[in-house]
Amino acid sequence: MDSEIVFLEPRPAVLARRREIVADLASFLPEDALITDERGLKPFETDAFVSYRRMPLAVALPETTEQVAEVLRYCSANGIPVVPRGAGTSLCGGAIPQEDAVVIGLSKMVRVLDVDLVNRTATVQAGVTNLCISEAVSGEGFFYAPDPSSQLACTIGGNIGMNSGGAHCLKYGVTTNNLLGVKMVLFDGTIIDVGGKALDPAGYDLLGIICGSEGQLGIVTEATVRLIAKAEGARPVLFGFSSSEAAGACVADVIGAGIIPVAMEFMDRQAIEICEAFAQAGYPLDVEALLIVEVEGSATEMSAILAAIVDIARRHDVKVVRECQSARQAALIWKGRKSAFGATGRVADYICMDGTVPLSELSNVLRRTGEIVASYGLRVANVFHAGDGNMHPLILFNANDPVEAAKAEAAGNDILKLCVDVGGCLTGEHGVGIEKRDLMRHQYGESDLEQMMAVRAAFDPDWILNPSKVFPLDGRGVA
Amino acid sequence: MKTFAPRTEEEASAVIAAHAARREPLVICGNGTRSGYGNPVAAEARLQSSELAGIVAYTPHEMVMTARAGTPVALVEEVLAAKNQMLAFEPADHRALMGTIGEPTIGGVFAANVSGPRRIVAGAARDSLLGARFVNGKGQIVRAGGRVMKNVTGLDVTKLVAGSHGTLGLLTEVTFRVLPRPVTETTVLICGLEGPAATSAMAEAMALSVEVSGAAHLPLGRAGGGCNGEANPVATTALRLEGTASSVEERAVKLLRAMSAFGPAERLDPDRSVTLWRTVRDISPFCDGSTRALWRVSVAPNSGHRLVAALRETVNVDAFYDWQGGLIWLRTEGDPHADVLRGHLKAFGGHATLLRASAEARRAVPSFEPSSDGVSMLSRKIKESFDPAGILNPGKMG
Repeated sequence: MDSEIVFLEPRPAVLARRREIVADLASFLPEDALITDERGLKPFETDAFVSYRRMPLAVALPETTEQVAEVLRYCSANGIPVVPRGAGTSLCGGAIPQEDAVVIGLSKMVRVLDVDLVNRTATVQAGVTNLCISEAVSGEGFFYAPDPSSQLACTIGGNIGMNSGGAHCLKYGVTTNNLLGVKMVLFDGTIIDVGGKALDPAGYDLLGIICGSEGQLGIVTEATVRLIAKAEGARPVLFGFSSSEAAGACVADVIGAGIIPVAMEFMDRQAIEICEAFAQAGYPLDVEALLIVEVEGSATEMSAILAAIVDIARRHDVKVVRECQSARQAALIWKGRKSAFGATGRVADYICMDGTVPLSELSNVLRRTGEIVASYGLRVANVFHAGDGNMHPLILFNANDPVEAAKAEAAGNDILKLCVDVGGCLTGEHGVGIEKRDLMRHQYGESDLEQMMAVRAAFDPDWILNPSKVFPLDGRGVA
Repeated sequence: MKTFAPRTEEEASAVIAAHAARREPLVICGNGTRSGYGNPVAAEARLQSSELAGIVAYTPHEMVMTARAGTPVALVEEVLAAKNQMLAFEPADHRALMGTIGEPTIGGVFAANVSGPRRIVAGAARDSLLGARFVNGKGQIVRAGGRVMKNVTGLDVTKLVAGSHGTLGLLTEVTFRVLPRPVTETTVLICGLEGPAATSAMAEAMALSVEVSGAAHLPLGRAGGGCNGEANPVATTALRLEGTASSVEERAVKLLRAMSAFGPAERLDPDRSVTLWRTVRDISPFCDGSTRALWRVSVAPNSGHRLVAALRETVNVDAFYDWQGGLIWLRTEGDPHADVLRGHLKAFGGHATLLRASAEARRAVPSFEPSSDGVSMLSRKIKESFDPAGILNPGKMG
């Protein structure tokens, strides 16, 4: 496919030495930890941002931190780019390789190393899936809070790379708020430990800068995360509105009234229809916008909070209030929401935006998003985390039509610029990757980017790690 | 000492650029009320953000405030209270402890990442910080983060600047998330527990579905007392609940029932609860007007009392515990006994920060825990990436 987004030119010296590099890697990696044949490499050529793909030079699947360190030591000494990969669920191309790169995949590092319920921590290898952590401690009444929709597949290593969020972050925060420590391998193979079971690490907040660094600062191989005691009960309630504006205004008023539900998810008519057809969750089909509001606590607490939210919703002319009647129905309501992206994929190709806006701009941005997409002759479905202003317009298009694909990308860029212009940001939880790399200057000034890149260079002076991502290719100050 | 108190970011930038060109170090501060943090800085001039003051924007229904760095914390809290909101992380006032004067600034709170008892559920100051503007060591005005709740656009430089104690830049403006102020609160007290039992009780409370928002242990004697220096007549383990009246009531009943298995338990009315947590927050038991060595020690929650027990085999210490036992406020007799404490920490994990000591001890003991080779190499490179001339609070963080 004709690409708008440019990757770094492969280093000819690396490509020319491919055979030698493969032999060198094979000399210190176990046989089944190295993939070099074309058929084996194929699954690694892209991630969930499928419009772009590049075959990597080789894929290493190390089993230990020491093996990760060996690969990095070798690659940095030989000027070979490295692309880290968790489960490959990135929506912004964060794990897409390049022709001269060795992919380091975490799929063999899947052990839960320690569960410490007294200190409420879990220490896991970076390839452990997000959901696996919660499942490991659920029986004891605990959970790990960030819950990206891809939680069944995505890894904690990838979550740390992207500082992933999810539907329940309104109350419990995103990855960076729930991470206590990491073991990380630096570009040159140095292994460092940052943090641990204490609530705050010493010195500079390295965890803070590592989290969300998109594999540019090093490769995390182990993580210690916080566990939280589960609430006594949790209940999602559906609120149907006659307009998106009314739903958006209701969200702002709920927060303004001092109520912080665990989750407040928004769907517009298009998204409701798509998700209901897939999940039969009982979403009302005769409304223009739907809010899934989840409250938690004891039965009396939930009733009290819900009553207050219903009062506010009535002021915004709510058409439908539907409390779920059983645990099964609650699960269906969340299934519908969490499979929104997959369900949308059944009806059309789509690209998913991730801009975040101030709550007071929600209604305005929803309306203008519709206008922008319509002006390109395309359709949009909106399904997103309304409580924190993190929007996910899904722009529907036909990927077999290059003109339409280009229009979808252009509409997406317009929407992201709009998010920035109203005081928001390009990405709330998916990351910059390659997708939004060339929009970075719309959000940041030169000195802002220069400072970020200087920090990056402190970790990886030669830009070995995931080099095609995050920062515009020009103005990096390196070859 | 020559003092610069610029009124604009541009003035601050000019001061730093001029000093960078001459490689002349600057003390960087807000109003200096938390000067106990960090090693003494050798500099002949001070640059403070105290005159960069004022609330820039506050949208209660978005739970976000932007304030210039020199804005008094008291003003921020007053404006938030008027809209029934608050700083989630409950920052301490360090003046009584450190013997400093002046108005604590909101910039200083974030520069020192000051987080109080509620940190165990609501996160640290750095978790509330959404964005910042600062002047780096080259005199560049840099903007990091933004004003929305979720933002992963590029590297999270905001986090790095939080808790960097003015060594990476002079904060000029901060944007932070705030929370609704709870309608009421209560505290469940369990009396007479020793360290191990108190640790178990706090862990059990945190594992219940009652949302404990403060878990502290004040032992028998001097370390348990209030600011007036009175000794605590009985060891108390304190667990705070906040929320609406009916919710607090329901959870308190549940918590009391569970905690009575550990010892006699009682409830504090809201006023006494507020006073108790203010005491814990401001480290009041050790606000003794002295320069006796005081450590802030951060460990895994169940290691706190064990570390103190190990120390007591050779050193005379007073201690009380916040954060479910994981934050120890530790006062030693005479010498800070840094080698003993940091030696034990190698086994227990965690770190210790010296916040107060005699001038002589402060020159001899690094305030912050020395880090491993890999981490200190990275920290040095990060410092250079913000402040290549090394003029911002040089040596303060080691």
